[in-house]
Amino acid sequence: MDARTQEFLGYVQDGGQVEATDWLPDEYRQKLIKFIEMHANSELMGVLPEREWILKAPTLQRKLALTAKVQDEVGHAQLIYRVAEDLGKPRDEMFADLISGKAKFHNVFHYPTKTWGDVGVIAWLVDAAAIISQKALLKCSYAPYARIMKKICWEESFHILHGRDVILALMTGTDAQRELVQEALNRWWGPLMQFHGNPIPREEDPMFVWRIKSQGNEEARQQFLEGYVPQIWELGLTVPDPNLRRTDDGVWEYSEPDWAELKSVVTGHGPRSQDRLAFRARFLEQEQWVRDAIAA
Amino acid sequence: MIFEVFRQEKKGQAFAHAGSVEAPDAAFADAWAREQYGRRGESEALWLVPRTSIHAITEWADEFDLKYRRVDGYSIKSRLAEARERASAKSSGA
Repeated sequence: MDARTQEFLGYVQDGGQVEATDWLPDEYRQKLIKFIEMHANSELMGVLPEREWILKAPTLQRKLALTAKVQDEVGHAQLIYRVAEDLGKPRDEMFADLISGKAKFHNVFHYPTKTWGDVGVIAWLVDAAAIISQKALLKCSYAPYARIMKKICWEESFHILHGRDVILALMTGTDAQRELVQEALNRWWGPLMQFHGNPIPREEDPMFVWRIKSQGNEEARQQFLEGYVPQIWELGLTVPDPNLRRTDDGVWEYSEPDWAELKSVVTGHGPRSQDRLAFRARFLEQEQWVRDAIAA
Repeated sequence: MIFEVFRQEKKGQAFAHAGSVEAPDAAFADAWAREQYGRRGESEALWLVPRTSIHAITEWADEFDLKYRRVDGYSIKSRLAEARERASAKSSGA
């Protein structure tokens, strides 16, 4: 590592932030693009499981709320793609890499949504897990990304409330409705525990080393468990992990998440990976004329 | 064309840089900025400024730098190179 890069690294590790116009080491730029691109892809792909439920949502109010959430998430994708573009990767290239499987998106968006219970669990718990990661980006060393996250976190916070409201409506309903939520929780618990990634020490995580994110994977998972397991329990739901417990010193213990499943899913082998990519590809192709007309 | 977006959250507050939009012209930039930064009524006003119109100042002279009292306070290397270059350009151009 040359002296200039070393100095840059020291600067960001001391909490320093940089702008798009500053000199950035090439390795930092590449790591940033990879991270931000995956985030944007996740926002874009993440609406597909929820989109499927817009017409099936139980009331007009729920249809409208879900539509607004989908609109927000696509908006987040637009904001985040713009940040990545500024770092030097054209949007067309990012879309091409998404469709070809070269670029990834988060594990939780590769799964089916079987019932309305899944929609509630996604909006409440998947968004809760995501907002923990996203809040840790408010301190990102790359300032344009950190600024964008302010707006995104603000919108995500009411998505969680929307999800919690869906869950509470079901949990205060009939036994069949409560069962719907329990079954959805059982389906989502594995992917939720995998969501924050394997527990590598943060000093070995390049995204932490460059202060792209400000916390390690396990810290994020502990924060999720600490914040949400009590909320799950208080509704009378069971977390499908017999080993889950909070030790006296406040650390959550849990069964080892299935890391092989995580790896397989994010590399495009999830139950819905290919369907959703095909859907996205179809719309990209179908709407090419709009992009052409605007650019003309 | 890239337009930088500055947002005013409440009346009377300073406009703060929020992000940017890429658009072929100001009319499209207007539409996209409204969508991305004002849809929820979260902004009182927006300023869209073509990126190329921004004149940025990031380097500051430190008038209270006391290094002039020391030998290492004078970095003549690059200036000397520039002066020599100018001198030789002048003599070869003449």
